[in-house]
Amino acid sequence: MTFTDYLFLFGGMGLVTYIPRWLPLYYLAHRKMPQWLIDWLSLIPVAILTALLAPILFTDQSARSLEIGKPELLVAIPTLIFALKTKSLGGTVLVGMGLYWLTGFLLT
Amino acid sequence: MDTPDTPHSPIPPTPLPWFRDGILAAWPICFGYIPIGLALGVLASQAGIPAWAVTMMSVLVFAGSAQFICVAMLAAGASAGSIIFTTLAVNLRHFLMSSSLAVHLSGVRRLFLSFFAYGITDESFAVNMTRFREGNWGRWQAITVNQLANLAWITSTTCGALLGQFIPVGAFGTDYALTAMFLALLIFQLHDIIYIFTGLASLCIAVLWYLFIPGDSYIIGASVSAATIGYFLKRYREKRR
Repeated sequence: MTFTDYLFLFGGMGLVTYIPRWLPLYYLAHRKMPQWLIDWLSLIPVAILTALLAPILFTDQSARSLEIGKPELLVAIPTLIFALKTKSLGGTVLVGMGLYWLTGFLLT
Repeated sequence: MDTPDTPHSPIPPTPLPWFRDGILAAWPICFGYIPIGLALGVLASQAGIPAWAVTMMSVLVFAGSAQFICVAMLAAGASAGSIIFTTLAVNLRHFLMSSSLAVHLSGVRRLFLSFFAYGITDESFAVNMTRFREGNWGRWQAITVNQLANLAWITSTTCGALLGQFIPVGAFGTDYALTAMFLALLIFQLHDIIYIFTGLASLCIAVLWYLFIPGDSYIIGASVSAATIGYFLKRYREKRR
């Protein structure tokens, strides 16, 4: 592929990525939003975070099948408790990584 | 900002305190991006994509999962049109995130919003929403988080493409960095029982949707349905009071 081919492809990808990120912010930030929309949107972060985590913790992503008890899930339990107790984002990331790393040794 | 007649404090003001706040909030994202960015760069170089093109892709697109899919589709010989369409489908979820951020950025200049929008990713969204909710967070801190994450992403994908096979991917549990970050941010989002129910609903719907419907639609599908369930639970609770 030539420079122009890549520019066309990535430019197109960039555009369709940018528009959904830009459009609601551009319009909604200057409108008076109804209370029901604000209430509904306040639940979106927790819903998106769980949706992003769900397949990582509960499924085998290569076979796309249910898997209960994979290392990601086992490590998630102490990681969640640590986050709940300390309220520290950076600490939780380090503890999660450390436990996952150790699990790698224990399971192989 | 201090007014000229304020008696000066013994501690000199930190230059650009919002920048420091931004760095403190962004480092877990940057840390998590390094292994993923390196992995993407390595895969791209194996697929025959030159390093400069990887950098160009990270600058123009800045969307991890779509970039992985793009590399896989290019390696499989897919057409540009089908890659662009898939990118749109994968990244539509940011529509929801942008809408949620609008609540906290209301009245901000449109030029700023247009720059800000470029940096909305799953990770920056989750970090910024948590901080906005806790208060004491502004648009400059938020855009610092976006742009530092962007810098980490461009750098690590480029390094991966340049260094190719020489890097051991996944050492020291770095594979788990973003998962752990999402777990912590999830905990910080659980303000009351309605949020816990919304999360549980989203979890169940996402797993089922993921198992039975191919593609990435489970992210939008589960979050929209769960937020709607949560909203009606909240309404029901308010009526009973």
